[in-house]
Amino acid sequence: MKITNEQATNMARQLLDARTSLTPIEPFTGSDPELGVADGYAIQQELVSLLIANGEKISGYKLGLTSLPMQNLLGVDQPDFGPIFASTIYGDGATVSVSDFIAPRVEAEIAVVLGADLSGPNCTAATTHQATAGLIAAIEIVDSRIIDWRIKIADTVADLASSGAIALSSTVIPIDECDPRLIGMVFTKNGDLVATGAGAAALGGPLNAVAWLANTLAPLGVTLPAGSVIMTGALHAMCPIERGDVFRAEFSHLGSLTLRISE
Amino acid sequence: MTSSSTPTPQAQRLIDAAANRVATTALTGDFPDLTVDAAYDIQAEVVQARIDQGNVVVGAKLGLTSVAKQKQMNVSEPLYGWLTNDMQIDTGAPLVCNKFIQPRCEPEIAFILGEDLSGIHVSAVHVLAATQFVFAAVDVLDSRFAGYSFTLPDVAADNSSSAGFTLGGMVVGIDSLDLRTLGCTFEKNGKLVATASGAAVLGHPAASVAWLVRKLAARGEGLKAGHIVLSGALTEAVAVEPGDSITARFDQLGSIEVSCI
Repeated sequence: MKITNEQATNMARQLLDARTSLTPIEPFTGSDPELGVADGYAIQQELVSLLIANGEKISGYKLGLTSLPMQNLLGVDQPDFGPIFASTIYGDGATVSVSDFIAPRVEAEIAVVLGADLSGPNCTAATTHQATAGLIAAIEIVDSRIIDWRIKIADTVADLASSGAIALSSTVIPIDECDPRLIGMVFTKNGDLVATGAGAAALGGPLNAVAWLANTLAPLGVTLPAGSVIMTGALHAMCPIERGDVFRAEFSHLGSLTLRISE
Repeated sequence: MTSSSTPTPQAQRLIDAAANRVATTALTGDFPDLTVDAAYDIQAEVVQARIDQGNVVVGAKLGLTSVAKQKQMNVSEPLYGWLTNDMQIDTGAPLVCNKFIQPRCEPEIAFILGEDLSGIHVSAVHVLAATQFVFAAVDVLDSRFAGYSFTLPDVAADNSSSAGFTLGGMVVGIDSLDLRTLGCTFEKNGKLVATASGAAVLGHPAASVAWLVRKLAARGEGLKAGHIVLSGALTEAVAVEPGDSITARFDQLGSIEVSCI
């Protein structure tokens, strides 16, 4: 790691201001190209502390950069993660306002709900399966507090893995006999097909994604508590949003959900 | 289909390219006015040449069934070709690369019809009602044009690059299947190439087959009971060479692994 605690706190405050004022900031890596993943997480940790001090509550985590094309784009060979706050979770059919975000985009994902605590470092898809209560059809709104998404890995990690908000369908479906890697997904915008995908698109499958997260959190002393919601990563390339848009993600086995975008 | 007679020079070019496994250049390079309709006439000659060699038509396939591919080719509709028995690779048998010029593979959902299907009225529900079984499938493309460099009339004349296909070993009825959300993963040599669901094919694989039936009706043709229809690629195609291994996994339809030698 390169930066001091003081620098991390300072950068976290800049991100907090950007979140509050919805005014994006220059990428940290613009003035300091040497900043890396560890610096990003140091800033993220400071930002999370500030948000919790403001009354936010962690409900789970999101994974980002779970596909090879996205990892290649940012020149990394692993995903990243950030917390999901309770205040940013919406339900099926919810309307979210485009003006609550800076440069929002959407992606359809499979969310995992844990039925038991899960901690690394030796988690596998099999141990994750045991701790999983079920899967939920989900849509994530990603957003960047960095101007024009001009992010490098340290910037997006610091910025809570570019999280914005999530919408979850109302049913938690037990895994039972379906193969989560082969759960198919159809994503439409205003009735037009945007993309299709299957569970394997995010790190090989939702359970692999959660195992990676648990193992990554282990050295930080963090256990994923029962009830955590984990957004396991996009099943397709992210899609810009505009007011008036209606997005719908339909999944095999998991059902569907709709997200409306207002002014 | 036309009766057996001396093929036109355009058809002969494609017949020779396939027989000698040497690619030719786009027909539209020499015949810039070639229309899609005229191209389907050439296709009929190319298929007839296979029949004259003792083969029979076992079904049809669709191409350009994704909006992305149609945009790439600057067209607004898919295209089709005919499958003959010599194109079928037995379930589990290897793909022998030197039988092709420049083979590429793509995962598809295949239909086997339990009834004849024809007419300009046919929709996805008619297709589902006439379907006996669906199968996991891998379509083996082989353009007879060097480097897959062609325009729409070229590829229509080239029988939509039809060259080979293999079906999965699982026979599945469509009763409780939602082909639209059915998931698929496609791997080459153990690495994920892409994922998709059935909607990648014109919104629903059965809609793709319905388009084919309506298109054939305009030429006074139709599909027969027992015909196999490859409904269109769910993902991009990947080039294969000896040593490669291709795996297409489908939710509820099973998996296909193709070893290339």
